[in-house]
Amino acid sequence: MRRPRLLYVPFWATYLFLYAPIAVLVFMSFNSGDSPYSFEGFSLKWYGELAGNAEIRHGLVNTLVVALGATVLATVLGTLLAVGMARHSRSKLLDAVSVLPAVLPDLVLAIGLLVFYGMIKMTLGLHSVLLAHTVFGMAFVAAVVRTRLTHADTSLEEASRDLGAGPVTTFLRITLPQLAPGIAAGALLAFTLSVDEFVIAFFTAAPTEPTLPIVIYSMVRFGVTPEINALATLLLAVSFTVVIVAQRMTRLTESLS
Amino acid sequence: MTRSTVSGAAAASRSRRSRALGRLVFLGPGLTYLIVLLLIPLALVLSYTLFRRGRFGGVVYEATGENFTRLFDPLYLDVILGSLRLATIATVIALLVGYPTAYLIAMLPRKWKTVALVAIVLPFWTNFLVRIYAWIVLLSGPGLVNSTLGELGLGPFEFLYNQGTIVTGLVYSYLPLMVLPLYAAIEKLDPQLREASANLGARPARTFVSVTLPLTLPGVVTGCLFVFVPSFGNFIIPELLGGGRSIMVGNLIRDQFLKARDWPFGSTLALALIAVLVVLLLLQAWSARRA
Repeated sequence: MRRPRLLYVPFWATYLFLYAPIAVLVFMSFNSGDSPYSFEGFSLKWYGELAGNAEIRHGLVNTLVVALGATVLATVLGTLLAVGMARHSRSKLLDAVSVLPAVLPDLVLAIGLLVFYGMIKMTLGLHSVLLAHTVFGMAFVAAVVRTRLTHADTSLEEASRDLGAGPVTTFLRITLPQLAPGIAAGALLAFTLSVDEFVIAFFTAAPTEPTLPIVIYSMVRFGVTPEINALATLLLAVSFTVVIVAQRMTRLTESLS
Repeated sequence: MTRSTVSGAAAASRSRRSRALGRLVFLGPGLTYLIVLLLIPLALVLSYTLFRRGRFGGVVYEATGENFTRLFDPLYLDVILGSLRLATIATVIALLVGYPTAYLIAMLPRKWKTVALVAIVLPFWTNFLVRIYAWIVLLSGPGLVNSTLGELGLGPFEFLYNQGTIVTGLVYSYLPLMVLPLYAAIEKLDPQLREASANLGARPARTFVSVTLPLTLPGVVTGCLFVFVPSFGNFIIPELLGGGRSIMVGNLIRDQFLKARDWPFGSTLALALIAVLVVLLLLQAWSARRA
C-alpha cells in the first residue's frame, strides 16, 4: 500500500506536539537556577529539594493509601458484579448503571458525592476519597472482567458442577483462575486511575489530607517552584515505565497463549 | 432424564434457591455500593435543581423554578455557549490533526504500527496536571518559546491565559482519544475498496471523500465524542491555562459548590452539562446504528 508523502507532515507534527512540552519539562528539571522557566545550568538540586519536601511526601503517602484501598475494594466488588451480571442477570438497566461511573463526567460524580457526604454528615478525609474512587474503579474492573467472562468457557463450570462440586468450589477453583488475568488488568487500571485522579479527590478530600494531584495542583496554581519540574519528571518516568512494562507483559502473555 | 420426577422437582427448587443465592452473593454487594454512592448522590443533585439555596449554603426545601430561569440569564448562558464553542473548536482541531495521523499509522508496517500507537497513548497515561503544567513552562513569559523568539528579536508575547491556550490544552490532553477510534476505523477498512476507486479513475481526493471518509465516519463520531465530552465539562485547563476566571461551565459549577455555595444552581448547571452530553450520546448511537 502506497503511503501518501504529504501525510508525514501532520504525522510528525502530532508527535512533536505531544512530546515537545514533556521534553522541555524534563530538561528544565535539571536547571540549577531558581526559575522554573529559564535554564541557567545543569544540576540535580531540585531533586534534592523534592526529597526533602514534606508536603509532597504527605500527598504521595495519601495517594498510595487511597489508591491501594480503593483498588482492593473495587477489585472485589467489580469482580463479583461482573460474574453476577454475566451469569445471574440479563438486566439491561444493571448493565447501564455499572458503566455509568466510567462515562459520567468526573465533575458530576464529584459534586454528587460532596452533596451526599454533606447530607449524611460524614466528615471528609482520606476515607471519603477512597470510597469515591472505588465507584469508578469498580466500573472499570467490572467492564474488564466481564469481557474476559464472555470469552471464558462455561462448559468447564458445568463440568465442575456435574462432577459434584458446589457453587462455591466451582467459583473459587474454576471461574476465578480463568478470570485472573482480567482481574489483574482491572486492578491495575483502577490503581492507575486512582493515583492520577484529581477532580473527585479535590471535592471529597479534607483540606488537611490532600492527595498528590491536589498538592501538584496547588503548586501549579499558587507559586510555582522548580521542584515541580523534578516531581513531574519522576512521575513521567514512573508512568512511562509502567506502560512499557505492561505492554511487554501483554505481548508476552499473548505470545504464550 | 433418568431422574424420578420427585427428586427432579426437589433439584429444580434447590437450583432455584441456589440461583437466588448466587444472585444475592454476586450482585448484592456491587449493586448496593452503586445505589448508595452513585445513584443516591445523582438523585440528590437532580432534586437540588428544584430547591432554593440556603442563606449560608446548603438547601432550603422550597420548590422553585428559578434555577432553571437563571440558566438563561445572559451571564450564565454566555458561559455555557462559550464552553460549547471552545469544546467544538478543540474537537475540530483534534479531528483535523488526528485523522491524517491515524491514517498514516494504519498504513505503517505492523512493527511500527504498535510503536506509533504506544507513542500516541503514552502521554495520556501521565498525570493530567503535569501535562498541563508542561505548557505553562513552555509558553510562559520567560519560557522557552519566548526566549527563542527573543534571540530572533521578537516578543516577548503573552501566549498564556487566553482562549487559544485553553483550546491548545484541550487538544493536547485529549488528542489520543481522537486518534485511537479513528485508527481502529481506518485499519478495518478494506484496501481493495480504495484500489477499486482508483482503478475506476477517481483521484485520491475523490476516493477519500466518497469511499474512505464515509466508511470511517463511525470512528470520526466516536473520536469527536471522546474529545468533546471531557473538554466541555473541564475546569482545570481553563483555570490553569485560561487565567483562572470562570470561563467554562466546569469552572462555574466548581465555583457554585466551593465558592458561592449555591448548591441548587450548581446542580442545575451540572444537569445542563449532562443534558448536552446525553443528546450527543444519543446522536452517536443513532449514527452507529445507521452505519
